[in-house]
Amino acid sequence: MTPAVEVRDLVKRYPKRDVNAVDGLSFSVQPGEIFGLLGPNGAGKSTTIGVLTTRVKATSGEASVAGVDVIRDSVAARKLFAVVPQQTNLDRSLTPRQNLAFHAAYHGLSRADRNAKAAALLDEFGLADQADVKVDWYSGGMAQRLMIARAMMHEPKVLFLDEPTTGLDPQSRLFMWERVRDLRSRGVTVVLTTHDMDEAAEMADRVGIVDHGKLLALDTPEGLTRGLAGHAVLEVSVTPGDGDDPDKLIAALTDVVGVERGEAVAGGPIRLYLTTDPATVLAPVIAVLSGRSAALTNVHMGAASLEDVFIELTGRGLR
Amino acid sequence: MTDLDVRLPVTDARPSAAKAFRAILWRDIFVTGKEFWVFLAQVALQPLFMLFVFAKVLNAGGYVSDDYAHLLLPGIVALTAFLTALQTVSFPLIMEFSFTREIEDRLLAPLPTYLVALEKLLLAVIRALASAVVMFPIGALVLGSAPWHADGVPLLIASLVLGSWVGAGIGLVLGTMVPPSKISVIFAVILTPLMFTGATQYPWQSLDSMRWFQVVTALNPLTYLSEAVRAAVVPEVPHIPAWVCLLVLVGSGVAFTGIGIKGFMRRAVS
Repeated sequence: MTPAVEVRDLVKRYPKRDVNAVDGLSFSVQPGEIFGLLGPNGAGKSTTIGVLTTRVKATSGEASVAGVDVIRDSVAARKLFAVVPQQTNLDRSLTPRQNLAFHAAYHGLSRADRNAKAAALLDEFGLADQADVKVDWYSGGMAQRLMIARAMMHEPKVLFLDEPTTGLDPQSRLFMWERVRDLRSRGVTVVLTTHDMDEAAEMADRVGIVDHGKLLALDTPEGLTRGLAGHAVLEVSVTPGDGDDPDKLIAALTDVVGVERGEAVAGGPIRLYLTTDPATVLAPVIAVLSGRSAALTNVHMGAASLEDVFIELTGRGLR
Repeated sequence: MTDLDVRLPVTDARPSAAKAFRAILWRDIFVTGKEFWVFLAQVALQPLFMLFVFAKVLNAGGYVSDDYAHLLLPGIVALTAFLTALQTVSFPLIMEFSFTREIEDRLLAPLPTYLVALEKLLLAVIRALASAVVMFPIGALVLGSAPWHADGVPLLIASLVLGSWVGAGIGLVLGTMVPPSKISVIFAVILTPLMFTGATQYPWQSLDSMRWFQVVTALNPLTYLSEAVRAAVVPEVPHIPAWVCLLVLVGSGVAFTGIGIKGFMRRAVS
């Protein structure tokens, strides 16, 4: 089957820069998949999406959407994808309804088709009551919904969502997640960029982690967390005994069989990455703690999160 | 899973480009129509005041002759068309490429990117011609009469079309080169000199005694539009030969369009 998105050995170097923004990136996305592109700021996510959406010229490599080469045949490719950018780019000279109708007209839909589709999508995205006001009056969440509705007007095969829920309230975020899953059930392939780990874990079927323009890992969210050294985590909140300090305590806990490493989450609990089941480690850990007369206040067992994978791969340094 | 192998008939890109071009043009005309009174005030108010003060008020005081009004009106029409075209392209483009990003939806329409720039030029010419058509009767109303020369109509139309195209081309160059923070600089450093060195308020040959200024005005494409419009409407006033005017307008239209589209492509695709 033709992949919905295919990127091969993609390189992009902006003029007057000495490093490549995208540096030999390759991945493919299957039809109907929700694919998350994860990475710190400046990792090359947006540039990659830029190439796929014909707004950035690739330095070398290949990229295609639904089998159409976006570099050589950008006009044909534009019919097959749609983009929802992070910042609103709605047409403020038009009403929301006209935004949808004109977008469809750009893509060649007949007048009857575009009016019917606009009405249906406005309804579906909960904007029917405010379809003929000024776009300027829209809140961030409404503008976001309208942009997704606009993207769906020309029935794209692939939808690119750039940081879809950044800055949205929880209700809008939930609504957005629901709508995106809806799109998948209709057969639309979704590629989203984010640095919200929960969002990636919640939404994406597969996640690619990108940094410095290179792909560092590519798997399902479960696969990625499983692959991380230590597939389980034990969090213990403790108050160290007199004369003891957290660092020494962590060192002592790391000696327990089954604990691979430990760290103190800034001001919070001690986080132990395990190589075995948390339940088997719990008793020895408590023994160590009481041996050092530390007071245990809370215990939490859990799996490593995508965030752990992300930090492990891309480091703690600020960008 | 969807079956992407059953592909849409997307290979025929040309009809889609024509449709998209028409839709984008219609969007701009639709928005112009929606704000028609604003558009009218934008293009007509300034030249109207100029006409009123220079031809009517100064004439009442005895400072300028009656003939001057008939010489000024064609110049003002030329100026209006030229500036309307320039501003139709430049200011919206500066905003659309930066703050509002409104142009993105059109850049992602299924047509070659340079056509989005050409559409801007076409719209500008349409709006400029509309403003010129409005200026003649309004000018006649202000002055009490307007010069008319039926034989000159083909030249009048040709020069207004070419002149607005040049204005639009300059607008495209400015719109893609000037960052939004420098938008007020355009007014001060570019628009004002363009307005006053364009032979709109005086015939070019009357500058024979001011050689340096004559040279400066000869560098402004607007001069050739003003001269051509006067050649069409008041042929008895000495003017640069019409064919020279049209030739210069075509040449500068091609040059500014070329530079402008290059700038547009640089902004649209990084």
